[in-house]
Amino acid sequence: MNAIEFILAGMLAAATPFLLAALGELVAERAGVLNLGVEGLMAFGAVLAFIIVYHGGGHLLGFVAAGLGSAVLSLVFAVVALGFRANQVATGLAIGILGQGLSALFGKTYESLTVKGLPKLAFPWLSEIPILGSLFIQDIVVWLSLAATLALWAMFAYTKAGLVVRAVGENPKAAHAIGYSVTSVRVSAIAFGGAMAGFAGAYAAVVYTPLWADGMIAGRGWIAIALVVFGTWLTGRIFLGACLFGAVSLMGLAAQATGLDVPSQLLSSLPYLVTIIVLGIISADRRLLKLNGVASLGEPFER
Amino acid sequence: MSVLPAAFLPTLVRRERASLAATLLAPPIALTVATILNLGLYVLMGRDPVAVVHAMLLEPFLSWASFSEVLLKAAPLLLIAQGLAIGFRAKVFNIGAEGQFILGAIFASAIPVWFPQATGQWIWPLMLLLGALGGALWASLTAFWRVRLNANEILVSLMLSLVAAQFLNYLLLGPWKDPNGFNFPQSVMFQYDAMVPILISGTRVNVSLLLTLVLSAAAWVFMQKSFTGYKLQVGGLAPRAAGYAGFNEGWAIWLSLLIGGFAAGLAGAAEVAGPLGQLQRSISTGYGYAAIIVAYLGGLHPIGIVFSALLMAVLYIGGDNAMVSANLPIAAVRVFQGSLLLAYLIAVAFVRYRLEWPRAAGRSQS
Repeated sequence: MNAIEFILAGMLAAATPFLLAALGELVAERAGVLNLGVEGLMAFGAVLAFIIVYHGGGHLLGFVAAGLGSAVLSLVFAVVALGFRANQVATGLAIGILGQGLSALFGKTYESLTVKGLPKLAFPWLSEIPILGSLFIQDIVVWLSLAATLALWAMFAYTKAGLVVRAVGENPKAAHAIGYSVTSVRVSAIAFGGAMAGFAGAYAAVVYTPLWADGMIAGRGWIAIALVVFGTWLTGRIFLGACLFGAVSLMGLAAQATGLDVPSQLLSSLPYLVTIIVLGIISADRRLLKLNGVASLGEPFER
Repeated sequence: MSVLPAAFLPTLVRRERASLAATLLAPPIALTVATILNLGLYVLMGRDPVAVVHAMLLEPFLSWASFSEVLLKAAPLLLIAQGLAIGFRAKVFNIGAEGQFILGAIFASAIPVWFPQATGQWIWPLMLLLGALGGALWASLTAFWRVRLNANEILVSLMLSLVAAQFLNYLLLGPWKDPNGFNFPQSVMFQYDAMVPILISGTRVNVSLLLTLVLSAAAWVFMQKSFTGYKLQVGGLAPRAAGYAGFNEGWAIWLSLLIGGFAAGLAGAAEVAGPLGQLQRSISTGYGYAAIIVAYLGGLHPIGIVFSALLMAVLYIGGDNAMVSANLPIAAVRVFQGSLLLAYLIAVAFVRYRLEWPRAAGRSQS
């Protein structure tokens, strides 16, 4: 298997934690809420899933627990940031620190233990195409994540629910005036974002690298937040961005396998460097951000 | 307005003027609430809460030896938080102090690593200066990205922290590894002149604590008394008004980030040239992130931050104690930090708002 095939085969799986967390953050941001706690929410979901899978509860229960647990933690964010109108940046950071702390606390006795991942399922016919075929041999969570991407895209493009979420984010006062509860929409969006971050963490901990290590999320939650900006708040572009980061995080492994003489630390920081560079390129187009950005992002709603 | 949908819940109503009592009471109330919540967690974990409270909140004060360690820990937190608070007030969210701290430590270490034989009283001051410049340099990348490329400073500064940690690993596993260090990821031990002089004999408290207090006073003068500080605050509170008054936003971002980076870099330099005496992986025990909490808990005010830095240092030292005497994982400190900030953010809401119960006054406009 050459480097390109290796990256193609692993890209979607590597992209899944980014994708799930970014889709969750997309919904929250579209509703006007900036939740910077994604890293901690992922870490919390990851440890819950790992503990359950380790004790034989199975992957399904692990994912459910991770989704529920992180959703509950994100509701704490909702209470503080919406209920008490606290600064969303500070609240998000606090949730992030709390989530990472709880993750380290619960995971302490599981350090370096492993669980079994999930089997890969091949897509009929397509998986037999030479070279590209490996793209179509993925585990069930990857397939479900792709379905979730499509569903979210359709929701924002075609459904009233998607329109309401966007209206609340663009102009909360107007949305309120025509009878929508800004707070309920935002709380639901935050909880959805929390659950997705929990799934993302669970995937990272019990499927992608099924080995517990403190700090295993390693900045992926932050990259997911950056992905929402990269994708200029559009579902399809966020998917492409997640694939890019999946590929970039595999590039390090591929480069090492081919014996390229580059310090491993440089390869490990590649995703962060790419984030910085792409963020600069996309943001420099102020018009693009202004057109697609969410008008009330991060601002508390006061009637 | 109704914040929570249910009709029986109280609503937040904006006060005519900010409540001074709430400002002063918010930190102690937050500390009390966070302590109670965390004690509940420790009980669930099967730990003896009395032993934990004793180890965490009392022991640091019970002997001079442990209180001096609190002072030692407080210095970097205080320094970083003072720098960050200036930016936060200008609504420039530099959360990459961790990386700026690491770069400061690396820049300062360059002298003893490259010139291990050098002697003279100029070495440690030069190291501190280099460290501060290193931190400011690292922060200037974020400033450039924000001002010139319009990129979000939160994300860029955080990513740069992750890069800085990898760069530190690279140096310690590669070119700067101590050849006689049994393959540990650490640099050579620094020579005597590369160490900041001890301030209180018999302890590890060094001159950098004094420097930190002087800089805290400078931060107070800058933010409360100077026109530049005033311009920064206006930019944060009312960006449009600041624009009309001709205050340049880009300039405010540069200044905020450079001050934050300078302070964090200085703290990093003082850490390697102080208690550590060498560059090692564990220089970054999350000071950069803890300092964000310190800054908020101190009300983003230079005097408040002095107290919150002491409190955070007590939590660190107390957490170490509790790990030994009450078998409490060190991660508990992070849980405490996170819940403390959340409790504070709730408590501080009452500075600007008061609760109104539905039956008392019905619905009122804000």
